[in-house]
Amino acid sequence: MATKKFMYLNRKAPYGTVYALESLEVVLIGAAFEQDVSLAFIGDGVYQLVKGQKTDGIGMKNFSPTFAALGDYEVNKIYVEKESLEERGLTLEDLQHLVWEDEDDDYAEKDSIRLVNRSELADVLDDQDIVLSF
Amino acid sequence: MKFGIQINEGPYQHQAADSAYQFAKAALANGHEIFRVFFYHDGVNNATRLAVPPQDDRNVGQLWSDLAKEHNLDLVVCIAAAQRRGLLDEDEAKRQGKDANNIAEGFRISGLGQLIEAGIESDRLVVFGA
Amino acid sequence: MSTLHTVNKSPFETNVLEICISLAKSGSTVLLYEDGVYAATEGTRAAVAIKNANGISFCVLGPDLQARGIEGKLANDIKVVDYDGFVDLVAGHDTIQAWL
Repeated sequence: MATKKFMYLNRKAPYGTVYALESLEVVLIGAAFEQDVSLAFIGDGVYQLVKGQKTDGIGMKNFSPTFAALGDYEVNKIYVEKESLEERGLTLEDLQHLVWEDEDDDYAEKDSIRLVNRSELADVLDDQDIVLSF
Repeated sequence: MKFGIQINEGPYQHQAADSAYQFAKAALANGHEIFRVFFYHDGVNNATRLAVPPQDDRNVGQLWSDLAKEHNLDLVVCIAAAQRRGLLDEDEAKRQGKDANNIAEGFRISGLGQLIEAGIESDRLVVFGA
Repeated sequence: MSTLHTVNKSPFETNVLEICISLAKSGSTVLLYEDGVYAATEGTRAAVAIKNANGISFCVLGPDLQARGIEGKLANDIKVVDYDGFVDLVAGHDTIQAWL
């Protein structure tokens, strides 16, 4: 099968609606297909990556720890839009620290999150074959 | 050209399934092929055969079933999303020990891999949602 | 690569059209459909944003305009397409990006 560039575009906050959780489920399944996968978080989507989520009080499953496992699935291009963070009073420090191990570099731990501004993100989006929107 | 279609919302609450249907019909009429229609999130609710809309309204699920029959379309309902929302085919109902099933003719239940495959195999993937 | 962006939300409900325009590359097309068609009506802020978006083409889905009774309020420079036109737009762009 041909390799395509797959972009998962996440623009919705977690818990209020199911899109964030079910998007992540597609990413995990899709990882088995060995395509060129990227994730982008813009708008309220950046709230998905905020660290310290605790859902006991709302009776819903906290799925945020799953993001930390993405590196093991070789999903390591996670674009976060700088403007979206700033508009929401957030910085990278407020997000989970997501990493992956680079086999080709003696398993060095590398950052998965790439902070990009809107025009850089526009270039990334323009370069995709398939954009899955949730 | 080969199109894949993803539908993220159920019937009636949102226009998504209606828009997707009109799009699919036009695509087929213009000589394009539809590789697969994938129903995800609340979109799985389009697949129930138990909906009884008023007679003067369209029956969205039925429209899809009819279109599938006429054009031999592959209508795939995501199993993970379907199980959460109580959409079951005969096999799955048996396996889960449920006393009924509700999938309409022309739909089949399968995994999320079918969506990824649709993205790989289709020339274009069009997503309809809310 | 050319991208077709689809927007289906009223500009009075969300700022998704604004974000779409700011992320769309020159040479891409934006199709307004469902509640997104309200952005194509004269006298709105969205119509001004559309007019000022250089290098991006805008289309609006006629059946959705007609359904909402606003066909006569269409701003200039926005091309009306039917579902056949929607299909042609999809076929004519490399990637389809839905702004849901």
